Amino acid sequence: MYVAVKGGERAIDNAHTWLTEERRGDTAVAELGTDQIREQMSLAVNRVMAEGSLYDPDLAALAIKQARGDLIEAIFLIRAYRTTLPRIGTSEPVDTGAMACDRRISATFKDVPGGQVLGPTFDYTHRLLDFKLAADGEVPETPQAEASGADMPRVTEYLNRDGLIQSEPESDETPPDMTRQPMEYPANRALRLQALTRGDEGFVLSMAYSTQRGYAKNHPFVGELRIGAVAVEMDIPELGFAIEIGEITLTECETVNQFTGSKTEPPQFTRGYGLVFGQTERKAISMALVDRALRWEELGEDNLGAPAQDEEFVLSHADNIQATGFLEHIKLPHCVDFQSELELVRRIRADVDNAAMKEAAE
Amino acid sequence: MSDYNFAYLDEQTKRMIRRAILKGVAIPGYQVPFASREMPMPYGWGTGGVQVSAACLTPEDKLKVIDQGADDTTNAVSIRKFFERTAGVETTERTNEATVIQTRHRIPEEPLTEDQILVYQVPIPEPLRFLEPRETETRKMHALEEYGLMHVKLYEDISRHGHIATSYAYPVKVEGRYVMDPSPIPKFDNPKMEMAGLQLFGAGREQRIYAIPPFTRVVSLDFEDHPFEASKADHPCDLCGAGDSYLDEVITDDAGGRMFVCSDTDFCAGRQDAGYRGRLNAEEAA
Repeated sequence: MYVAVKGGERAIDNAHTWLTEERRGDTAVAELGTDQIREQMSLAVNRVMAEGSLYDPDLAALAIKQARGDLIEAIFLIRAYRTTLPRIGTSEPVDTGAMACDRRISATFKDVPGGQVLGPTFDYTHRLLDFKLAADGEVPETPQAEASGADMPRVTEYLNRDGLIQSEPESDETPPDMTRQPMEYPANRALRLQALTRGDEGFVLSMAYSTQRGYAKNHPFVGELRIGAVAVEMDIPELGFAIEIGEITLTECETVNQFTGSKTEPPQFTRGYGLVFGQTERKAISMALVDRALRWEELGEDNLGAPAQDEEFVLSHADNIQATGFLEHIKLPHCVDFQSELELVRRIRADVDNAAMKEAAE
Repeated sequence: MSDYNFAYLDEQTKRMIRRAILKGVAIPGYQVPFASREMPMPYGWGTGGVQVSAACLTPEDKLKVIDQGADDTTNAVSIRKFFERTAGVETTERTNEATVIQTRHRIPEEPLTEDQILVYQVPIPEPLRFLEPRETETRKMHALEEYGLMHVKLYEDISRHGHIATSYAYPVKVEGRYVMDPSPIPKFDNPKMEMAGLQLFGAGREQRIYAIPPFTRVVSLDFEDHPFEASKADHPCDLCGAGDSYLDEVITDDAGGRMFVCSDTDFCAGRQDAGYRGRLNAEEAA
């Protein structure tokens, strides 16, 4: 008798139970605490916060634990949670110029006011496996200097002072919110930046890389990269003024790009901009490059037909939650569609066979 | 689950979706952009349909969920469970008892009534997408009613294969205006789209909702000399003997053995209950 190859409720429940067991792994090994993930897997936590569009290290750590370390799955958990949260208000724009920087470098100037601060970076480490780390996790003491307290003005502002870099139009307009409005093309820059900052790190990286390799080359220099804490302020109607409600860590990258000038603009430098939650500099730099590539039209450059210049292509494929969902949905049964294809192919083949037989008979 | 609102979505979101649905009903076949939310199931797994269902459900509703025509396929089970948990509505497998039916890839065999809503899960709402990948272009084409490209594609199929090589997601023209993707239902189901029930289509990832109001004209695209033909496997059901239902082909051994069974499990079970028997089900016919 026919046994349906269709999964019942029990199969699903059992699969989930097994999944939970697999997630835990060998119970002889101590269970991972979410605080351990938050503290010791902090760059994974940062990525999940950035692409999940929710700044909450504890929830991100929980999501990573629940997702067995699958970061896209963890991002998905965060997104699905975030979408249920009520919007109680909107913060003031954060002032990254007043950032308390852990790291701040400029590739365009040897030294800058406020100094070059390397911070906790993998740059210049030799990528040699540290087998000692497998045995013990003791850390040497980091020498500490007094905080200089010096201002760290934005590097691109020096160029701006001489009119050598294009100044961005100022606007107090409320930017569109891509999580509350359907995406429409052409998108303005604010919307593009929103999509990029929550876009998949790998995708944005590859898009940026393609511009470096000549697909819409835009000669980027890292004018400045800064990572640190900024205050989030919110206007409280009952108080009538804005107060600080918390602090978040951000990575900001401004690239300085060549621009040969156009009919209306003299030759000058232009900017690409990246701003991402947490310490996520690969993503922030990538974002700045892609942002710059997408600005070809407003800057009067040629459309070279490069993927990174194509707003609709970039923005509609940057989201890894959309991408992974649609990609993986082909695991679902498609037997009805396949059946109709099967019949079509059989019919076309029968026609071909009949025609061949007829030809042979003649 | 008291932490979540009835049917998961908050009322503001439902209102936004209902407005999109109403606009869709007012302009049959037109794809209405809506601010699709992230749902707790992946994009591509019915998030559009789930949002539309959530916006339609009332506590008095009775919900049926099918995938490939069947109530017991994994994803149908998962979505039904989701609404049992978040809306607490009654569910059913009986087509004629349900007030809201969410479906993926099929239209039930039993004709729907004016009291029923059929909600389709849609992967790619744009019928022109595989001819023109750009949304900016396809929206223009719809606005200008510029559907020549689609007819050229169908014509090329005929000249190359002797048939229109589209067997599912077969494009239709709704009320003489918009060319619409009926979602990946087999073309066998296309004629059923002229029905008494309200048909709503939700594409979550692509952020589109569209609709076919009851008794709307839905014409499958074709040519005078190559008329549209709703095709199915040329067999009766091996379980219930139905000769007019859409069939799944099931491989039964590795020697070429196969059987054909109704893809609509409720329809098939109903016929068997009524005493109908197919070729491989005769022994139980006593």
